[in-house]
Amino acid sequence: MSVLVIAEHDNAELKPSTLAAVTAATALGGDVDVLVAGSGCAAVGEAAAKVTGVAKVMVADAPEYTHMLAEPMADLVVPLARNYAAVLAVANTVGKNFMPRVAALLDVSQISEISAVVSPDTFIRPIYAGNAMATVQSSDAIKVITVRATGFEKAAAEGGSAAVESIPAAGDQGLSSFVSDELSKSERPELTAAKIIISGGRGMQSGDNFPIIEAVADLLGAAVGASRAAVDAGFVPNDYQVGQTGKVVAPELYIAVGISGAIQHLAGMKDSKVIVAINKDEEAPIFQIADYGLVADLFKAVPELEEELKKLPPA
Amino acid sequence: MKVLVAVKRVVDYNVKVRVKSDQTGVDLSNVKMSMNPFDEIAVEEALRMKEAGTVDEIIAVSIGVQQCQETIRTALAMGADRGILVKTDEVIEPLHVAKVLKAVVDEEQPGLVILGKQAIDDDCNQTGQMLAALLGWPQGTFASKIEFADGTANVTREVDGGLQTLTLKLPMIVTTDLRLNEPRYASLPNIMKAKKKPIDEKTPEDLGVDMAPRLTTLTVAEPPKRVAGVIVADAAELVQKLRNEAGVI
Repeated sequence: MSVLVIAEHDNAELKPSTLAAVTAATALGGDVDVLVAGSGCAAVGEAAAKVTGVAKVMVADAPEYTHMLAEPMADLVVPLARNYAAVLAVANTVGKNFMPRVAALLDVSQISEISAVVSPDTFIRPIYAGNAMATVQSSDAIKVITVRATGFEKAAAEGGSAAVESIPAAGDQGLSSFVSDELSKSERPELTAAKIIISGGRGMQSGDNFPIIEAVADLLGAAVGASRAAVDAGFVPNDYQVGQTGKVVAPELYIAVGISGAIQHLAGMKDSKVIVAINKDEEAPIFQIADYGLVADLFKAVPELEEELKKLPPA
Repeated sequence: MKVLVAVKRVVDYNVKVRVKSDQTGVDLSNVKMSMNPFDEIAVEEALRMKEAGTVDEIIAVSIGVQQCQETIRTALAMGADRGILVKTDEVIEPLHVAKVLKAVVDEEQPGLVILGKQAIDDDCNQTGQMLAALLGWPQGTFASKIEFADGTANVTREVDGGLQTLTLKLPMIVTTDLRLNEPRYASLPNIMKAKKKPIDEKTPEDLGVDMAPRLTTLTVAEPPKRVAGVIVADAAELVQKLRNEAGVI
């Protein structure tokens, strides 16, 4: 039996997180097919066909899939899913929205946010905000799974030559309709795709002070994040939030500035390859997980960091 | 309009959970239990709708062991009108909860069901979406704002890049995100009053729901630990180490 991966994309580009989902699907065994549901999304289908390990790409191109809303997505995926041993999607706000709807219509229990595949029916997933890891076995005939993209290596984006076939849309019952998006505009990379992230916490004291970490971010080509404390205090918008209730990230380098290291924040970033903490409180829990700690006033240390980075010769 | 709010009894969010040494689960003995924080937001939103006149009755539902009654009492003390406890000692999965809630919805016929977007114990983030699927209703998940119009509602959702607003047909499901509201504390007089509010008790069998498990938890283990690294003297040393030792810049 083969496995179906539902692509994450913006109708123009295939998101790298899909490559991690393909790796998870490959670990389940069998052929890996990819479904691209969108509108004007032919380029995404072509990109998916090039991914190493993909056998077939199905493209459902229709207006009702422009925003991948849960109701039409579930109606499309459910009949397709019956031909597969497992259906996987990335555990982002799109996948988290439509996948449980698919699972319920198939009468199966979803396995959320897996971070490892043990066998085709057994998976590891974090519970209690990552403070425990559960190994879960599913007895359902079709496994419906969301994938924590940071838990899997990305499949190679080139090297495959899958067939692309167009499939019919499943219609729209008209239960939901899109009104508007208010997306944060930024020249910086997205948090979940960035190789380097610099985040500010309550120690930043005000949103007006974020430019000091933004200056460092721009030197490093980094994304800017924040702790929940900084978001709750109104320093920055909620989509900056890294943590259990925000985004889960695992960049090459994570720089935590003025962040104490609450459990809820650590749950969102502790899988980063290298962690740097800058905090004036040497007792802050963040130092217990940081590879490099700098005990200093951030308002002095961060501008110094900026100066040192400017002096650094190109790698 | 009648509104149903689902409330789950979970380990209090301030408790640092410990994995049991035999890896069968986390240690729940003598641990403080509370209402799931996202469910408190769900109750609060229902109360604000009642205060605004769009809702006339709020029913709090919980599914699980007898002590879930305390969680329902908390919702009643906040201002919900009555409770329903669906009692079971089984391990329950979101699919089962959704099926039980569907049976309650079939009996009560609410115009809206509000749930937390996820429980802070199993972190599944499934029940609201599953209930919407079983009822054939639209879903407004991860909501940060709800505005009613004639037969519809505009729901603003927290999505990865920012905010997304949808129009949904009533009846509908809403799951709450953190910024929807700040839940109130129950006052002492309201806690006393809540003791007199009715809680109806049922079982999954009464509602005709099959609770047979689909998932088996084989082990629960500690996550891999990170070890603390080194403390650097200043920004210059930090940059040097990131370049020459870690090789990440």
